[in-house]
Amino acid sequence: MTVITNVSRRDLLKGAAAASGLVLGFHVGFRKLPFAEAAEGPTFAPNAFLSIDQTGLVTIVASRSEMGTGIKTDLPLVLADELEVDWNQVKVVQGQGDPKYGDQNTDGSRSTWQFFGPMRLAGATARQMLETAAAQTWNVPVSECQAQNGFVVHAPSGRKLAYGDLAKLAATMPVPPSSQVRLKDRKDWRYIGKPRAIVDLKDIVQGRATYGIDVVLPGMKYASVERCPVYGGKVKSYDPKDALSVAGVERVVEIPATPMPSGFKPLGGIAVIASNTWSAQQGRQRLKIEWDYGPNAGHDSAPYRAELEATAKEPGKVVRNHGDVDDALASAAKRVSADYFVPHLAHAQMEVPNAVAHWVANTCQTWSPTQNPTQVRQTVAQVLGINETDVTVNVTLLGGGFGRKSKPDYVAEAALLSRMVGAPVKVTWTREDDIQHDYYHAICAQHLEAALDQDGRANAWLHRTVFPAIEATFQPDVVYGSGGELGQGVVDMPYDIPNVRCENGAAANHVRIGWYRSVYNIPHAFAVCSFADELAAAAGKDPVEYLRELLGPPRTLDLKALGVVADYPNYGVDELAPGIANQYPIDAGRLRGVLDLVAANSNWGEKLPPRQGRGIAVHRSFLSYVAVVAHVAVGNDGQVTIPRLDMVIDCGTIVNPDRVRAQLEGAAIMSIGNALYSNITIKEGRIEQSNYTDYLVPRIDVTPDTHVYFVENDHLPSGVGEPGVPPTAPAICNAIYAATGKRIRALPVDPQLLKA
Amino acid sequence: MSQIKINGVEHTIDADPQMPLLWAIRDIVGLTGTKFGCGVGACGACTIHLDGQAVRSCLTTLADAQGHEIVTIEGLSADGTHPVQLAWEANNVPQCGYCQAGQIMQAAALIKQTPKPTDQQIVDAMSGNICRCGTYQRIRQAIKSAAEAV
Repeated sequence: MTVITNVSRRDLLKGAAAASGLVLGFHVGFRKLPFAEAAEGPTFAPNAFLSIDQTGLVTIVASRSEMGTGIKTDLPLVLADELEVDWNQVKVVQGQGDPKYGDQNTDGSRSTWQFFGPMRLAGATARQMLETAAAQTWNVPVSECQAQNGFVVHAPSGRKLAYGDLAKLAATMPVPPSSQVRLKDRKDWRYIGKPRAIVDLKDIVQGRATYGIDVVLPGMKYASVERCPVYGGKVKSYDPKDALSVAGVERVVEIPATPMPSGFKPLGGIAVIASNTWSAQQGRQRLKIEWDYGPNAGHDSAPYRAELEATAKEPGKVVRNHGDVDDALASAAKRVSADYFVPHLAHAQMEVPNAVAHWVANTCQTWSPTQNPTQVRQTVAQVLGINETDVTVNVTLLGGGFGRKSKPDYVAEAALLSRMVGAPVKVTWTREDDIQHDYYHAICAQHLEAALDQDGRANAWLHRTVFPAIEATFQPDVVYGSGGELGQGVVDMPYDIPNVRCENGAAANHVRIGWYRSVYNIPHAFAVCSFADELAAAAGKDPVEYLRELLGPPRTLDLKALGVVADYPNYGVDELAPGIANQYPIDAGRLRGVLDLVAANSNWGEKLPPRQGRGIAVHRSFLSYVAVVAHVAVGNDGQVTIPRLDMVIDCGTIVNPDRVRAQLEGAAIMSIGNALYSNITIKEGRIEQSNYTDYLVPRIDVTPDTHVYFVENDHLPSGVGEPGVPPTAPAICNAIYAATGKRIRALPVDPQLLKA
Repeated sequence: MSQIKINGVEHTIDADPQMPLLWAIRDIVGLTGTKFGCGVGACGACTIHLDGQAVRSCLTTLADAQGHEIVTIEGLSADGTHPVQLAWEANNVPQCGYCQAGQIMQAAALIKQTPKPTDQQIVDAMSGNICRCGTYQRIRQAIKSAAEAV
């Protein structure tokens, strides 16, 4: 349900001043939120905001965070399309964190599918009201009035009025119910589906764009915080004397530690407050701190990995079960098994966590690069012990997010420090802080087994996964994955196999675990897509042919019938957009579609020189379907290069094809990093990597020639930011097998294993 | 006191001469287009020009910079019309955009020194600049198109 109210009209009725323009607020109905059923009233709040002033300037609020996906451009573009306005007349402004915008948590690749409908409706509603206002002005039937590019035109007389001239009258009109709003026909879309430059492009290339780290307030102090190197540790004692002797250092204060699980709250530590960032960092190096390292001080990656791998060998909690896997395995013509491993990963987004906060008279203003302004508000209010309404959340551009900036711990640090210091404070993490105190992508060990029949067809599939859960960062004693986590490539496994059992083994956590671009799809797609390739090899069949066989006939999957025990939230669509949830089944036909297109476009099957090969992987995530063919070359020294990648996405209706292309290109690079370089290891509870010098991410030298293709259809939009990541790494590893005959079952790839 | 000329303007900076130019530019001079990424010269986000050469401002001290011409992204062109900036726009290079000032400064120095760079020269010049969004393919394209425009 979507309810629209004319805010300016309401304000008029209340006698408020803001009556000079048409202001439309609108709000997505969320089934579970109390205001969903309310037509108007104090709890009714819009989730995005459109205004047209009398000069004709159209202002559209971007309520979702811009971290590089283009969403700040693309959702306003959808509204502008339906509004029938010249994009050059539109000013896009970033909204503050405010419940009136509804859900602002920019993650899960869901902004477009969640807001495409509401944005269209908002634009169309405004367009219709402007037409009505024109009809009233001219005293003609509204059916003779048509909105065109910022004007309403009366065709019979040739008269026209600009939106700005109609704004005042339109502001007094009742808002038509959504049932009476005419959306444009697809064929009449002027912006949706066409490439469009992002609104911040010029500012970015001229160095004028404002990220969190660029915010400066008068009288602002700069802080650098030393945190315990071990998760769960705390300060025993500290001596600030030497730090205070550094020029520019003004104060040294303690941020209290949050006991584990620390959730969104600060880790705690000793903060050096100075007149500039450098002095704060210098002072910090002179701190003398004695730590109580806490229970994780003995945690080492190597034995922990062995523990997870041992768990994966044993039966776990059954989360999907149909047919009789044990019987089918016992009677198999051929039995295949393999174990896969993916380490912890760090986000390493280019802009480190940072925030500015200003505590004034029991209220707090914040400026931060955050994916989740709602959570900033809540967490800052919690740590300060004030009402959420007394926290102002300003959202800047984000220098990358990838899930790290869904967690507002760094904003809460700034808020606490501002209160302690009595001045605005900017907290800037160092890169070392970022790498060593991240919310890490979960380490994961998996065991797979399959039974093949005489013809090489898969008759049984057993998949065990063991990983620390994200929920363990927030709740004590969580050792199993949630339905959402297991629904990222385990229980939603789409292959048409008669006997399937999926299990989840228990794993304790020893670091903060968090969302990282495509999340648990990373290990699960790596294992599932690699194992499919192993089965093809065992069956002696071409991998593309074999995947077609595995995917089976076009159909949508009924997970209940397929024995899925856990909740399957389907990337949140059931909860966040119940009205359209039935449009997003797991569709084997769409998987087949992307597979066929990538095979057709990638020279699949053409001969390559020795030590070169192609690999394929296909995976559904975030409601979208992606297939990737990687062409790799493996040097005699074992180094892997990737001359070419072909990627196909079916993400339904595309708003901005250039940004979809960019997201796929970028996802490929990130996945190359996951496959070939990135690796977080832990010794005595301490992260062993510290910066880009030892936490490796891809650079331009490994960049393939990436070709992106779309499956064009009329389905509703689905996720774009993340789905390119999961299948790329296994496609690369399958290509390595094709090139060398060696299977990669642990990431990152060890070149030593691939030497000629 | 350090006397530093940035984008043609002399600045008198009262700070430790060992302070990296990056922090002096950002926190004291107030030009925030130059970005902090790693602090150890490993990512290129803080790249500026020192006498026309691309250098990492996180490793260049105020003392090092004294007496040299410093140019930041704000001073690369008056109005964003440097051929590299135009090429970045035409190719829609940026995603989050955070690293792009450093990428552009690095690419501008490359084009100045090597007006028609080969693919390998592009890789060699740009491998010190990380883009975590993964815009490298477009960076490559943009440098080639800027080179053609020069």
